[in-house]
Amino acid sequence: MDKIWLVIQREYLARVKKKSFLLVTLLTPLIFPAIMGVFVWIALEEKDNQSLRIIEVIDENKLFFLESSDQYAFSFSNTTVEEAKELVQNGERYGFLLIPKIDLKSPMGITYYGEENPNMNLINYLENNLKKKIEEQRLFESGIDPKIINDVRTKVAIKSITLDDQGTETVSDATVNYAIGFLAGILIYMFIFIYGNQIMQGVIEEKSSRIVEILVSSLKPFQLMMGKILGIAAVGLTQLIIWILLIGTLTTVVTGFLGMQMPQQQAMEMASSDLGQSMPNSELGDILQMLSGINVTEIVLCFIFYFLGGYLMYGALFAGIGSAVDAPSDAQQFMLPVTIPLIVAYMGLFVFVLNDPNSTTSFWLSIIPLTSPIAMMGRVSYGVPGIELALSMGLLILGFLATTWLAGKIYRIGILMHGTKPTYKTLWKWIKTNN
Amino acid sequence: MLKIEKLSKSYNATKALSDVDLEVSKGIIFGLLGPNGAGKTTLIRIINQIIDSDSGSIFINGELLAPKHIAQIGYLPEERGLYKKMSVWDQMIYFARLKGLSSVDAKSKINHWLDRLEISNWKQKKIEDLSKGMAQKVQFISTVIHNPPLLILDEPFSGFDPVNAEIIKNEILALKEKGTTVILSTHRMESVELLCDQVAMINRSKKILDGTIKQVKSSFRPEVYSITIDHLVQMIPKEWAAKQEDSSFHFTLPLSGKTPNQLLHELMEYGEIMKFQEVIPSMEEIFIHQVKASENG
Repeated sequence: MDKIWLVIQREYLARVKKKSFLLVTLLTPLIFPAIMGVFVWIALEEKDNQSLRIIEVIDENKLFFLESSDQYAFSFSNTTVEEAKELVQNGERYGFLLIPKIDLKSPMGITYYGEENPNMNLINYLENNLKKKIEEQRLFESGIDPKIINDVRTKVAIKSITLDDQGTETVSDATVNYAIGFLAGILIYMFIFIYGNQIMQGVIEEKSSRIVEILVSSLKPFQLMMGKILGIAAVGLTQLIIWILLIGTLTTVVTGFLGMQMPQQQAMEMASSDLGQSMPNSELGDILQMLSGINVTEIVLCFIFYFLGGYLMYGALFAGIGSAVDAPSDAQQFMLPVTIPLIVAYMGLFVFVLNDPNSTTSFWLSIIPLTSPIAMMGRVSYGVPGIELALSMGLLILGFLATTWLAGKIYRIGILMHGTKPTYKTLWKWIKTNN
Repeated sequence: MLKIEKLSKSYNATKALSDVDLEVSKGIIFGLLGPNGAGKTTLIRIINQIIDSDSGSIFINGELLAPKHIAQIGYLPEERGLYKKMSVWDQMIYFARLKGLSSVDAKSKINHWLDRLEISNWKQKKIEDLSKGMAQKVQFISTVIHNPPLLILDEPFSGFDPVNAEIIKNEILALKEKGTTVILSTHRMESVELLCDQVAMINRSKKILDGTIKQVKSSFRPEVYSITIDHLVQMIPKEWAAKQEDSSFHFTLPLSGKTPNQLLHELMEYGEIMKFQEVIPSMEEIFIHQVKASENG
């Protein structure tokens, strides 16, 4: 145990002391808020500096009147198509919209001319506007007053409450659950890949620099392997904790700063477009209730468990692969059995688990140890029956023990083998060898 | 110090060691000889508990080999290296602690050795910044840092330049003076004759020879004499293939069942005997001869 501890210390310090670790750890969290900040800033600047764009409209139906917005103004000056084209070419108009005689049931041939390619925003804006106008016109022609339609338009928001066996009611929100599952799953996936690779590189380095034979004359190969896996896990956790603290602080600072910069009106607009036209007080209460409904402790504990469990299980496999090969390029052939379940879990998280956490596929993905670390995080925020969680965790522990045992067998022999390119068959032989 | 009884090990179908017996007494330098692939490294790895044997037993000072003996053995493998990005100091502390030394003990011993091999100024340098010779000194110190009573050196001079090889050779002799038992595995015979008190030769998984250098050499006397005759009075038979140099003739003759005196007496009829000396084989010759013999038979 003492020796494992020595190895853990070495692996941890050798990585944490590196300048590159310090750089990546400190800069990565700066990058996201920085990018976010730049985008918001550009968007705000653009809004301020944008001049009004005038668009000429030729409506051969004499039916449509398009309201001008902050960005676009529409002029109806009865020009001919040729005159309008000229206006666009000499820059007096940003573009022109030609609405030929159309059949309201299937409007065809509406064309936009512009000197530059129109952006999606403008086209969407025009399409939506025309759609509304045509619909209104058709309602009017069928004898219905569009005002009535506006009056009967209703906004429906479903509040969802989960009932558990004890009859406790919890307000839940699918979007928040989705976001939590999404983030947790991706983090675990990335962590396994990045740090798993570090384990592999470390093992290959010790093997190719021929230091390993000296080491195993002082401690058991298994101690060396576990020390490395645990030491690198500690590096990952350190990095994660620093990131969480830094991102938390920076995001608060950046959004706080931008919040002060943003003119009141724009802030209101952004808020209202996100949350619907108006938000009665009861809804605000629901949101607070919902946030308190998320079992933070359970999610955090599960995250830590699956984060470490998944890493340890895959970490052993990465160590096994590293021990079998002489150079990272040779490792490629053995990576498939490791990457495939990880990618299945990752895809499964998006395709099945987050959309329907209680489907059969989601259930199995979150139970099978190779996929559960990623898939289960997609379910936890929605609430998982205790028995399923226990089963999944138990199997993950078994999975970890199994891969560690397997990797230990390969590692022990692999680290002393040089110059041979092992195949799956040789690996199998090593696993079967007793000593 | 070390006793090995009927040690066997095979990898799948390949025999690496079959029924090897060895005894190494305390305070000597023991040469473990054999061509590449003979089973030397396997034997050494088993003594170091890196791999397990299939059968047979090993005793250190009369005790059956156990994990606690790790601290009593210093091992310099043939395939060796250091962490390139680690400093000399950190690296040595790590190795010393892995061998069970306390932090305080490790520090004083490392300082002693760094001074002794004159690399104290390089403590904080990373291995990748050292010259090859200096890295090899660091490697050697890492092997002996815990004062092991048994030192196992696998091809210790390979990769060393002559100056450093000399330094290391003297250190090995100094350790022997202090009572350390050294097992030296090599196929370079000149260092064997120079350093070893006893040798054992392994070929194709079997021990084919052992004993002191003198014993080995005397058991391999080919009973051939090197002769020089001057002032010829009778023509020397052509089949002796003598080489003439001025008036002297040089050639070798086997005893062919005669005693040396009988042979000498016969030779005196041809002229004046200037030289009559038994040809003693070098370890190199014995080595090659034995390897060939065991391969043919």
